[in-house]
Amino acid sequence: MNKSINRTAFLKGFKDGIPIGLGYFAVAFSLGIAARSAGMSPLQGFLMSILNNASAGEYAAVSVIAAGGAYIEMAIITLVTNARYLLMSCALSQRLSTNTRLPHRLLMGAVVTDEIFAVTISQPGYANPYYTYGAIVIASPLWAVGTAFGIAAGNFLPANIVSAFSVALFGMFIAVLIPQAKKDKKMAIVIIASFLLSWLFAALPAVKEMSEGTRTIILTVGISAVAALIFPVAEDDKNE
Amino acid sequence: MNNNIYIYIAVMTVITYAIRVLPLTVFRKPIKNKYIRSFLYYVPYVTLSVMTFPAIINATQSPVSGILALAVGIIVAYFKGNLFIVSVSCCAIVFVSELII
Repeated sequence: MNKSINRTAFLKGFKDGIPIGLGYFAVAFSLGIAARSAGMSPLQGFLMSILNNASAGEYAAVSVIAAGGAYIEMAIITLVTNARYLLMSCALSQRLSTNTRLPHRLLMGAVVTDEIFAVTISQPGYANPYYTYGAIVIASPLWAVGTAFGIAAGNFLPANIVSAFSVALFGMFIAVLIPQAKKDKKMAIVIIASFLLSWLFAALPAVKEMSEGTRTIILTVGISAVAALIFPVAEDDKNE
Repeated sequence: MNNNIYIYIAVMTVITYAIRVLPLTVFRKPIKNKYIRSFLYYVPYVTLSVMTFPAIINATQSPVSGILALAVGIIVAYFKGNLFIVSVSCCAIVFVSELII
């Protein structure tokens, strides 16, 4: 791959990573507050976040630590809450050029977060690993420092500031969803159906007992399977 | 129970990394099957949709400010706002609306 192309991609990724990192910092701060009550030190919080880069997965893990759960329970809950990354990595794998080397694959594998994945696939054509590195190099440290900061500083931010920050990540999701829905009417229908079914699943008596991670897995696999059946995608409108 | 927090962190790190890296290292060839390609095209967007709603409504102090954030986010994103503008708009509307509510 061309050096100047990679440099441009890295800088573009870095620029797109800044708002992600700021959102991460706010979310990580509240994760840190939970980690603090689970008895974790700022260093442990930093390590957990820089190594995992997983929001829902880390929340679940902190609750296992707080409860003094078995290591096997930690393994299972991590598997369940992070299973969507398996699907995202599968999708990302299809967007990598076949001659992307193994070290790049091993490195990219460490950083498939919801948001980094979202901005990576929103780039046209084959995914350039350097774009992803640019984004993660700013976003991941902010995520980790935010966690440590939350543990160290505790609960001093006013509730209305925390509340406002908490929608930053959803804003990013929306910013990825809407342009795609505008380009592809079928996708718009699928997104609306996903909203409705997700809302239904969160409200139905039996289903709502499931963890959020489990619901996300079931809905993602189910809705995507049906969507692929009803609205198969032609070769050429795949990457556009 | 006297479990070590560093072992907890090691366990979750190994599992999380395995989940992410296996598809990138095992599925090296482009998938030809039209159904699987279509499925994988929808997966990320469905996941993000499912995680956004109704979670955005429960994330804020009041459901009303969450709904407003969703509406404002959609409108701003529709008129070509980038990631940062959309996020800031969502945060701003929550902050302002919670001052009033």
